[in-house]
Amino acid sequence: MSRLPEFHAAKWDEPVVMELGRPGGRGQIFPAPEDEVAQDVGDDLIPSSMMRKDRPVLPEITEFEAQRHYLHLSQMTLGMMGVSLFGTCTMKYNSKTSEYATLRPELAEVHPYQHPDTLQGVLSIIHDFDHILRSLSGMDQFIFQAGGGADAAYTMAIVARAYWADRGLLDQRTEMVTSIQAHPCNPATAAAAGFKVVNLPLEENGYPSLDALKAAVSDKTALIMINNPDDMGIYNPEIKEWVRVAKEAGALCFYDHANFNGVMGKLSARELGFDACMFMLHKTFGAPKAGGGPAVGAFGCSDELAQYVPCPVVTKAGARYILDEDRPKSAGKVREFWGNVPQVVKAYAWARGMGADGINLASDISVVANNYMDKRLSEIPGIAISNPDITANRMEMSRWSFAPLCEETGIGTVDVANRMADYGIDPFWMSHEPWIVAEPFTPEAGELWSKEDIDLWIDVIAKIADEARTDPEMVKSAPHNQPVAQVNGDVFEDPGKWAMTWRAYLRKVASAKANGS
Amino acid sequence: MPTQTKAHPWMALSAPGVIDDMLAAIGVSEIADLFEQIPQDHFRKTPIKMPPALTSEMELRRDLVTRLKRNGDCESNLSFLGAGVWQHHVPAVVDEIVGRTEFATNVWGSYQSDHGRNQAWFEFSSQLGALLNLDVVQLPVYSWGCAIGHAVRMATRMTGRTKVLMPRLSDPERLSVIRTYCQPTEMDGSIDVVMVAADPKTGRLDLADLASKLGDDVAAIYFENPAYLGTIETEAAQIAKLARAAGAETIVGVDPVSLGVMMAPGDYGADIVTGPVQPLGVHMQCGGGAGGFIASRDEERYVRTYNGFLVSIADTARDGEFGFGLACPHQNSYGMREDGNDWTGNSTYLWAIAGAVYMSLLGPDGFAELGRLIVSRARYAARMIDALPNVSVQWPDRHFKEFVVNFDATGRSVYDINDALRAQGIFGGKDISGEESNLGQCALYCVTEIHTAADIRRLTDTLKEILA
Repeated sequence: MSRLPEFHAAKWDEPVVMELGRPGGRGQIFPAPEDEVAQDVGDDLIPSSMMRKDRPVLPEITEFEAQRHYLHLSQMTLGMMGVSLFGTCTMKYNSKTSEYATLRPELAEVHPYQHPDTLQGVLSIIHDFDHILRSLSGMDQFIFQAGGGADAAYTMAIVARAYWADRGLLDQRTEMVTSIQAHPCNPATAAAAGFKVVNLPLEENGYPSLDALKAAVSDKTALIMINNPDDMGIYNPEIKEWVRVAKEAGALCFYDHANFNGVMGKLSARELGFDACMFMLHKTFGAPKAGGGPAVGAFGCSDELAQYVPCPVVTKAGARYILDEDRPKSAGKVREFWGNVPQVVKAYAWARGMGADGINLASDISVVANNYMDKRLSEIPGIAISNPDITANRMEMSRWSFAPLCEETGIGTVDVANRMADYGIDPFWMSHEPWIVAEPFTPEAGELWSKEDIDLWIDVIAKIADEARTDPEMVKSAPHNQPVAQVNGDVFEDPGKWAMTWRAYLRKVASAKANGS
Repeated sequence: MPTQTKAHPWMALSAPGVIDDMLAAIGVSEIADLFEQIPQDHFRKTPIKMPPALTSEMELRRDLVTRLKRNGDCESNLSFLGAGVWQHHVPAVVDEIVGRTEFATNVWGSYQSDHGRNQAWFEFSSQLGALLNLDVVQLPVYSWGCAIGHAVRMATRMTGRTKVLMPRLSDPERLSVIRTYCQPTEMDGSIDVVMVAADPKTGRLDLADLASKLGDDVAAIYFENPAYLGTIETEAAQIAKLARAAGAETIVGVDPVSLGVMMAPGDYGADIVTGPVQPLGVHMQCGGGAGGFIASRDEERYVRTYNGFLVSIADTARDGEFGFGLACPHQNSYGMREDGNDWTGNSTYLWAIAGAVYMSLLGPDGFAELGRLIVSRARYAARMIDALPNVSVQWPDRHFKEFVVNFDATGRSVYDINDALRAQGIFGGKDISGEESNLGQCALYCVTEIHTAADIRRLTDTLKEILA
């Protein structure tokens, strides 16, 4: 076992920013309008019925105080500064060279409505990256408007709407078929787009049966949305047959490539028969996650579907790149403009920095690393892998469970996650809903982390399992070395106590005082 | 295993020999053995076609910078483009904070290990709530158009009605997103989008037309203040009153940087408020700076219909200490899949942190100064342009930072004029001549705090030359 770090998080006791400062304090000053402006326009600036009369209750602090406050908050965020083997999210290094490049005014201070002549540089990047993704997937067109993986799933849903509307069959093709193990965004976006969701249950082999699929698809099926491998690291070997069955029923087939890391360079969505797929550039392609975006769900599809995608589409005419808005059958926009362009640039930079061989090697590494983890985790008493009867090596992540440990000690997955941070290790991902596996956790090493990092991570799990037996109360009340102690979750479902703003908080505190509680 | 002569700087396990040790620990002899779940006929038949790798940072940087330098930008040119993304001053401290690696790379830990980030998120909502005079602010969704789409869907969930009224003079870009969220009519839960006429004299909503369309089937009326074409909706309180009388929700869109001088929407009867977060310290980034907020009063019937992340302050196990977490986490799609409120996922949460830093830097006096400066310079620009021969400003004098310039009398198209301006290093306003507003050869000009009087004179002098 490696020597575990004696870690303690920064703890600044930092007040809420609304409590800082003093009347009249300033962090940013704007000049007065020039005399010629002031004389010309006068004082009557806003119609009186719309003029603000109250002074917004904002902090009044210096520039340095704002800087220091938010630096303190950044220091009280573990981020991935420990070891983060956060399954389903594929933690990668986010190269600083990409970060700095996208901060340049040639990208940061560019307006999407500029004339295309002034956009040729960024359009060349988007165009060339589109072609890299085409090669990785076999698709014929990628667009980047979707602001995340869920938004790309939504893009699929509205493209399917447009496809069926174009055939006059939208009132008949009303169903979307997926697996109960698919990411929640697939059923949720399909439902938000107006489709009825059919969820297929998992069989003992870890994926839904072909018979269940055959029973579910019909002339009502608009599309199927499926990931493979799933979050348990299980690859559905019948996927080609799935696509054949779904297509025989006329349905479109969407490959949610959230778990692309283990198969990149190995599989082609189009060769497997899919009509469309999506990649998450903030996961697989090295753009940062930033705590939840800005992100990009790159949506790719066949030529047949390309006429329905949201506009604009970046194309090339001769040597010139253009923003094509002329797609009369387009399903409409899912978001304004052409996407989170800096993230596309970062993903392009990642792909170029890796190259074809690097990408292939990264998928090899991520599968090796996960199987190494599986091997070591299986030696820790109290934890168990999902679907234990499946002996084949898993893909780039596996679903594990603390159920045996919980039964023995009362310490479950939430307790362990809270305790991990005490060692400077980022808490793991547990599982998406529904929790098919009790007390779940889902490690994924990806290609970034060293063997020493992975060993440390596993040693921390082993140590906490040990602590669960020797000092369960200590684990239950963890964390102990973090900026704050365990947050009281009861508040979050109580309308009398939840407070999403400081003003709501002050009001509720005052009201509680008035009521003598 | 592909040939890799040197270890890759982004992959620790690419160093020589490490993989072999791990394979030995696993008990397999080859990497290929680990892919045993995948049937042989599933492996791709075509090799990946990609340009050569740029594994050294210096080669990669050179490629990126060489390409980006082929762009023209709004710093080396003088730009008057707005319409959904606007050029504002971004304080350097904002850039430092959003560039902090802990904020840029984090994902989802525990409430304790994410404490600093969650506090920054709460401070975004708290400060924006102070500008809006509202108690609930959700973390931002993908864009303003998406925020309006979700807000409309909230209103339909709350009222059980399926019609929404929108201004005819809406931004076509946002409207396209809203229509995606509401329609098509064949689908379950389709929402009917009905347009309300504008008063041609003022550009504001035609209240008689609004009243005639409000009925017991209307879930919500949506309007913006300032509106897409820059006008100020002076009858906002009256619109909200009409909506309330019909049992409909009032959804308003506001520009947050206007709120130092313009009335808080919470004070004129708005039920749900949306707006862009980009003006709050986020660079334009070709539109990649977009993000949209949703806010409301703190009533359970509103709170229970939100789609995304609501960050609440809470006490902790330690006396006198506070922490943060997600309120009502089970009502979104993570908790309830297809039965949750719409859907959520990765969004634009880094811009919440940018907004928090920005608002804390400005404070109440900064927002007031900024608002006065923007309105003054925009109005000055409008007057100077209006004074040019054959050029007129539609609905002069009552706008915030954008206004419509009509070039009909020049006999020239906006397209031509903008071409000529661009040759002089000026990006003219957005060409709206093809839009449904049907106002003629018109451009939507945007003037903010970054435009000095000299910049404005440079524009009008150049226009004068071009149009002579």
